[in-house]
Amino acid sequence: MKDIVRGWRHIPQRYNLIGSKCNHCGAVYFPVRVICPECRRKGKLEEIKLSGKGKIHTYSVIHTPTGDFKLISPYVVAIIELEEGTKITSQIVDSDGDNIKIGDEVELVFRKIREEGEDGVISYGYKFKLKK
Amino acid sequence: MRDVAIIGVSQTKFGELWDISFRDLISEAGLKAIEDANIEGADLEAMFVGNMSAGLFVQQEHIASLIVDHTGLTPLPCVRVEAACASGGLALRNGIMAVASGYHDVVISAGVEKMTDVVDPTPAIATASDQEWEAQQGVTFPSLYAMMARRHMYEYGTTREQLAMMSVVNHKNGALNPLAQFPMEITVDQVLNSSLVADPLRLLDCSPVTDGAAAVILCPAEDARKYTDTPVYVKASAQASGTIALHDRRDITTIDATVHAANTAYKMANMEPEDIQAVEVHDCFSINGLLAIEDLGFVEKGQGGPAIEDGMTERDGRIPVNPSGGLKSRGHPLGATGIAQTAEIVWQLRGEAGKRQIDGIEVGMTHNIGGTGGTATVHIFSN
Repeated sequence: MKDIVRGWRHIPQRYNLIGSKCNHCGAVYFPVRVICPECRRKGKLEEIKLSGKGKIHTYSVIHTPTGDFKLISPYVVAIIELEEGTKITSQIVDSDGDNIKIGDEVELVFRKIREEGEDGVISYGYKFKLKK
Repeated sequence: MRDVAIIGVSQTKFGELWDISFRDLISEAGLKAIEDANIEGADLEAMFVGNMSAGLFVQQEHIASLIVDHTGLTPLPCVRVEAACASGGLALRNGIMAVASGYHDVVISAGVEKMTDVVDPTPAIATASDQEWEAQQGVTFPSLYAMMARRHMYEYGTTREQLAMMSVVNHKNGALNPLAQFPMEITVDQVLNSSLVADPLRLLDCSPVTDGAAAVILCPAEDARKYTDTPVYVKASAQASGTIALHDRRDITTIDATVHAANTAYKMANMEPEDIQAVEVHDCFSINGLLAIEDLGFVEKGQGGPAIEDGMTERDGRIPVNPSGGLKSRGHPLGATGIAQTAEIVWQLRGEAGKRQIDGIEVGMTHNIGGTGGTATVHIFSN
């Protein structure tokens, strides 16, 4: 049950890549934050939809996954710098890692992420693919 | 504030200790430290225990009560502290603060982790990262450090061989440590040919899954000689926090929490990096040992790879790193690591480190990291 509730709570952010923008300093954050770390109480955060376009900042190919991800191993994970300036951790689909390099452009795709634990609750969300 | 001294230390054998339970591990470490300090259990006024996840590894919370009960020390007050793999460093720091403040005189700070009672420890370890925005995406702990390594190689030209040398030097020292989990030497070729865990990191870049415990006894510096002829003095105890998620860092090849804690520690001790004669760094993965050498100020940013390759970190080098064998060879029972690092530096400062002794050492440092750098502690000691 906890997996269902936890996943449900994050659906807007995970399905639509909703982040925060601080109207005081202009910084963009993902996921949504309550307080701007730069401006703290002076800051004013509002939710924004991120473009889903960005560049590979770094990446790894995972060969020893945790339980829920064993079926897709090996798979590529990356830290992506989005064009709004914030960074995000995500899988890169349709790649074995050989065709990727730092700086490559990527774009958002919507995918199944995992079947959580024994209950097998499916969670969906963001992944990225190389831009052609 | 009072100055604080360490009058006793201990470490259990580290390894896959199938026949020893969580409570027996920590009891062994505590008893050995009490013997080493030449005190009685009844002399203790407080206990601090670092432990990352007894709840997930042995399905036991409320370990403060369990440990005091099992060691026959009721009603001793005990506090369990947690900051992932930096839990031990935090336990030490909290013990130091309790004595320095004058609130307690004789305090035990310990660390323990029993990791082999579960079939797969990786989900528990992954909780040290941001569970909802890193682990949810399928990221594992090795892959987070692998991404730091990839970026460091990209920005500074660090080579795969230089990373391998970090493990090789650790094992060269660890081969001389009878308490180490893997006391044997390894070669660069063995590292480069070990199985891929999270590219570019391989099995022999990674610290192992370990059971173990360690403890230290603290007292006011002015009382230390009542208990021992070889007190070790705490010159600095510092801690800093960073973002829990790696992707939120200003620079993913710098652990800012280490930089902040180190700067605070150098200031407290009135010392410079050049004054440190041995350091136990948190090499949970080879790349983190390399980052530590840079972030603690021993070399400039980006120069960690060449420094290791040139032998600077060997026992006879300019800054001996991990004389114990480090997390890689000694083993990494998460919550015990920060205390085990302290025990090693104390043995070095007392001249009791056996075949791995560094001659004439007077000042040593420990560096303990939680997660990918969300927490860092740095301590400086002298004899």
